[in-house]
Amino acid sequence: MPDLSFVFAQSLSGLTAAMFLFLIAAGLSLIFGVLRVLNFAHGTFYMLGAYSAYQFVQWLGPGPGTFWVAALGAALAIAALGGVVERLLFRHLYGKEELYQLLFTYALVLILSDVAKIIWGTQQKSLSRPPGLTGSFSLFGATIPFYNLFILLLGPAIALAFWFVLQRTRMGRFIRAAALDRETLGALGVNVDALYMWVFVLASFLGGLGGALISPMRAIVPGMDTEVIVEAFVVVVIGGLGSFWGTFLGAIIYGQVLSFGILFFPRFSIFSVFALMAAVLIVRPWGLLGRPLR
Amino acid sequence: MMRRVPWALLVFLAAFSVPALASRFYTFLANDVIIWALFATSLNLLVGYTGLVSFGHAAYFGIGAYTTGILMKKLGLPFLLAFPAAGVFAGACALVFGFFCVRLTRIYFAMLTLAFAQIVWAICFKWNEVTGGEQGMPEIPYPSFDWVDRVATILPFVGGYRTSDYYYFTSLILVGVCLWLLRRIVHSPFGRMLTTIRENAERAEFIGVNVRRYELAAFVLAGGFAGLAGGIFGIFNRGVFPDFAYWTKSSEVLIMTLLGGMGTFYGPAVGALVLLWLNQQIVSYTEYWPLVLGVILVLLLFVFPGGIVGALSDLWRRLDRRRRHA
Repeated sequence: MPDLSFVFAQSLSGLTAAMFLFLIAAGLSLIFGVLRVLNFAHGTFYMLGAYSAYQFVQWLGPGPGTFWVAALGAALAIAALGGVVERLLFRHLYGKEELYQLLFTYALVLILSDVAKIIWGTQQKSLSRPPGLTGSFSLFGATIPFYNLFILLLGPAIALAFWFVLQRTRMGRFIRAAALDRETLGALGVNVDALYMWVFVLASFLGGLGGALISPMRAIVPGMDTEVIVEAFVVVVIGGLGSFWGTFLGAIIYGQVLSFGILFFPRFSIFSVFALMAAVLIVRPWGLLGRPLR
Repeated sequence: MMRRVPWALLVFLAAFSVPALASRFYTFLANDVIIWALFATSLNLLVGYTGLVSFGHAAYFGIGAYTTGILMKKLGLPFLLAFPAAGVFAGACALVFGFFCVRLTRIYFAMLTLAFAQIVWAICFKWNEVTGGEQGMPEIPYPSFDWVDRVATILPFVGGYRTSDYYYFTSLILVGVCLWLLRRIVHSPFGRMLTTIRENAERAEFIGVNVRRYELAAFVLAGGFAGLAGGIFGIFNRGVFPDFAYWTKSSEVLIMTLLGGMGTFYGPAVGALVLLWLNQQIVSYTEYWPLVLGVILVLLLFVFPGGIVGALSDLWRRLDRRRRHA
């Protein structure tokens, strides 16, 4: 049995990973819940978010607020990209067969990731942590970087804000209504087309923000998109496709299983998360907190 | 008149002349194409004929490749045993995974096939002792072709080729037999029933068909043939690697199937030919093959959802109609 401080550190690192996964998976789950499309390209938006943040930092030069401006700018840029993609291409997919939807979003993965390669090359890029969050502190014998603490606080904050928007605002009510019955909502005079676009913009914003915020912790490399999208799939499947808190729970479970898997059975940590995904699908295909589809 | 010509047989026979007529490079390309043609056709049995969208078909391809590779390299078994073993073991895995998958519908089915494929990938990636882990398993031996020399003393025209050419002939015969079997399956009453299930599973259930059992049978057959394709591919590729089972491979083979035309028997094979040939052409101009592939895919989905074979048969029908009117 490893000592407790190590277990604590491992658990915290799992939680930090979970917060990033939540940011990405929340957008994926939202798009599926409302638009009924499983968006493979969502991972690519995350990657482009990371690259854009890097690009903004290059343009802005060093400075105390550079990173924050860059992260926000990147998220907004990806949100705008999401809006354009939805308007021009995505809307032709609604109601089509799954195969066409899946392959179309996969085509977007291929195109956008090559565009990223053309712009930024294949060399890995990295960003340094924002000033003020570079250090670390000790808690129960574990060393925790300030930046990780920031992420640990930001994740739930975003979850709450997101939940507030969905539950308490007019826009959120429309979104939830659109997930249940698009046609009735349209008949009641709501512009569902525009609503879909805003859902896509919001989801892309979260994906881009996730990418921008992870860039000080992980290298930005081509291929990070196909890797993360599978992780995000695992998260939303465990929690329940289209379920908001399910996604949060799924992310936390994923993070813990992965980090303790590495601790106890290093060989089978990746195996264990996919096995978990398969098990959930077999027992409760709609996920832990999801509802069965009609 | 068109229907009477045994096109498939002619193409099959013509393919034997590739090593004699074309360069070593084209023999290599042709070998690649026929293996992927079998892989894509096996997927078509599921996606095109039964209407089950699998996003993890590469799992069975990978299992087959590893089975043949491990049996030949580590245990020194002959190809004659190691090759069928690939189909049997991949089919057995498909039976276990498929048992759970066919219980789910649509998007959940796709997700579960993806999950199982990722499990297979994770095992291949990490189980160093057996699969070679991340590094894969290079240097899988070719089957022994010593007997060819003895045959050549009686039939001189079979001698004088390179080992890779003999392997090409072997793959060609095996793929030909597999495609013939698949064609028999598709046109059998069993195959017709699969199409009925694709068209309306509920109605099939009403007339007393055990839909799940049929779907499972299709899943096992598709997995088995994908495993055979993998078994041939591992040796052809001179090595087996974990990314054979990664999810991007599953989407590649889906693209081939769609490009050629789902639900038509030779569509996926045409798709494999066109895609690999395009790849080879385009890679010599630009490194951005995925970009080109993505654009092709978008065009395909929006403009030619029936794929190449679908578009051609549309064109043929239109010309035919015009001729009759004239």
